[in-house]
Amino acid sequence: MKIPDLTELALRNLRESLLRNSLTTMGISVGVASLVAMLSLGIGLQQLISRRLVRSGLFDTVVVTSRRDPRGMGRDEERNGPAPSESRVLDETARQEIERLSNVIEAYPDIRFRTELRFEDKPHMTMISALPSSAKANDAFEGMQGAFFSSDTAPEVILQKTFAEELLGKAPGRGVDETNVADLAKPLLGKELTMNYAQRVSGAVQPSAPVTNGAIPFDNSLAAASYSVVSREEKVKIVGIADLDPESMRGPIRAKVFLPLKFAEGLHVMQSVDLSEVSRAASGQPVYSSIGVRVRNPAQIQAVEDAIKNMGFNTFSILDASRGLKQVFAVLFAFLGIFGSLALVVASIGIVNTLVMAILERRREIGIMKAIGASDADVMWLFLAEAGAMGILGGVVGVVLGWTIGQVINLGTNVYLKRQGLPPEHFWAVPWGLVGFALLFAFGVSLVSGWYPAGRAARLDPVQALRYE
Amino acid sequence: MTTAPVVPAARGTVAIRSENLCRHYRMGETVIRAVDGVSIEVRAGEFVALLGTSGSGKSSVLNLIAGLDRPTSGSVVVQDRDLAKLSREELAKYRLRVVGMVFQSFNLIASMTLAENVDLPLRFAEVDRGQRQTLARQALERVGLLARMNHRPSELSGGEQQRAALARALINRPQLLLADEPTGNLDSHTGKEIMDMVRQFNRELGMTVVMVTHERALAERYAQRMIFLADGKLIDDRPNAPTVDDVQIRGGQS
Repeated sequence: MKIPDLTELALRNLRESLLRNSLTTMGISVGVASLVAMLSLGIGLQQLISRRLVRSGLFDTVVVTSRRDPRGMGRDEERNGPAPSESRVLDETARQEIERLSNVIEAYPDIRFRTELRFEDKPHMTMISALPSSAKANDAFEGMQGAFFSSDTAPEVILQKTFAEELLGKAPGRGVDETNVADLAKPLLGKELTMNYAQRVSGAVQPSAPVTNGAIPFDNSLAAASYSVVSREEKVKIVGIADLDPESMRGPIRAKVFLPLKFAEGLHVMQSVDLSEVSRAASGQPVYSSIGVRVRNPAQIQAVEDAIKNMGFNTFSILDASRGLKQVFAVLFAFLGIFGSLALVVASIGIVNTLVMAILERRREIGIMKAIGASDADVMWLFLAEAGAMGILGGVVGVVLGWTIGQVINLGTNVYLKRQGLPPEHFWAVPWGLVGFALLFAFGVSLVSGWYPAGRAARLDPVQALRYE
Repeated sequence: MTTAPVVPAARGTVAIRSENLCRHYRMGETVIRAVDGVSIEVRAGEFVALLGTSGSGKSSVLNLIAGLDRPTSGSVVVQDRDLAKLSREELAKYRLRVVGMVFQSFNLIASMTLAENVDLPLRFAEVDRGQRQTLARQALERVGLLARMNHRPSELSGGEQQRAALARALINRPQLLLADEPTGNLDSHTGKEIMDMVRQFNRELGMTVVMVTHERALAERYAQRMIFLADGKLIDDRPNAPTVDDVQIRGGQS
């Protein structure tokens, strides 16, 4: 039989026992809805978490250090690579080279220094680091009080909440009873801080006294390879207070105060690396203790990391953590999928039952069809088409139902979140792939369920079937 | 005539030949010999009646000729096809293309309209929808039911239902029309109407007709030959003189 004829006959037959077939189809709908609901919850949670992770900047960032730097994070590689003294220096040339690698969005110098900040004439020691303007999208600055830097060169700072508490003399909050950032923002935003720092100036400061006998005579050729360190003061304005800790992975060197990158570069703050790379530091070519590399997509981290390692640097990323996360999600999906499919399995038993009943009822009809020339295959396909039609109809209704359930739960959760003063989230995601999968799955399950009854119908003996009243 | 005539096997050649045909059923320990060594020959274009009491095996013989059942032993050859040797698939094709059947209980599908019932064999033959509708209309017109094509069988009288069944049997232009007690559920007047129609197809379309009946009068009136069965065995096979109605039809045609 041709497919359109088959479909038409199948639908007509389904309409004949409307109540029974509707109930069976509804069973499939519920099964599909539960599958869709379970899986979309899983997908939604995964998306939510990976969105957070991507925005946190942890999973798309590679930290590059020189092998000459004893603080390098990738200590294992150090043993295999060239001796630290022979390996490359992480300077501006290297930074530009890294930035040109494919899939790299940007490579920015990691400027970080420990210094003294004065607020209302009280000194506070802290770690300061510079942020590229792209960090604005960083999750840590979501829900931040105040605003991000007005420009990349503005003399502005963003404070991490704990440092803000320190400035105001409040005890660092612990656990649930943390102080509200908004309370910290009021007395601090717009205020000025005085930052003391050591500036590196290229070239030697001319000695004020003539060289005395016995001392090493001052050689002018050394002047190019030397630098001076000058104490400087700079006023910066507090523009924002971040609730979260954007540098949580940095451990002991994590910063509590952030400056715009270009502004920080312009300060020429003396870095610890300047000591080990004296000659280069003096030549004026910037040398970095580490470089942050932002990668287009967390999936490309490994490739970028390998490429940078080939250039002779050490790298570090939290790729392994994300791998573990993927495993967790795979298990979660398997569980959600299995529980979601259970309802569909029950529904498929419904299909078998409905079709077996239909064969009993339509025994004579099957006999008639065979007598006037229907082949076994025609009868088989007719019943399979009926099962398949119930599967597709149930699938469509089920997807809509599952989607609706998701929306309702999403809405309910967000109402709750709003009451708790938290930003709304999207827990529920029904991607088209899932819709397609659910429909195909429902269709497939119904065909499998229809197989046995259809086979039975096809094998009916026409003489027996015709005798049946 | 709206339906093109079947191209029959040349009149007089053998259309159906059964040799020592047996169909035995096993019921527990006992074996029921429904058909027990029946050998018959039906010529193309013949109108044959199979007569016998209930349980004589006449319907079983008809089912074997129709390809609905398979012989236990012996053979049925219809137009050079040995039905016993055909696969299930080939038998279905044979039923579709070669045989048209009508039954005592009409056997229309209740959920379908007349037009749909009539064009059902064409669906199995994978005929296009357009052509299917044309052929169904022609067949219904031929049995005088065109006006009722969108009615369901339950809205029709017995005679009308049997006419629709005849239209369905004709739609694939089979060479063989097999009728199992076609008038059994009809009053005598309507029965005669149906039988006239069957004979008309036999004459005009050149169809070979095998009719099972227990009414000897009906057989005498329409069939050219009467085959008597009892207990699954052939007991008599004799030609029958055409009756008065035959002359009337011929007269009406000229």
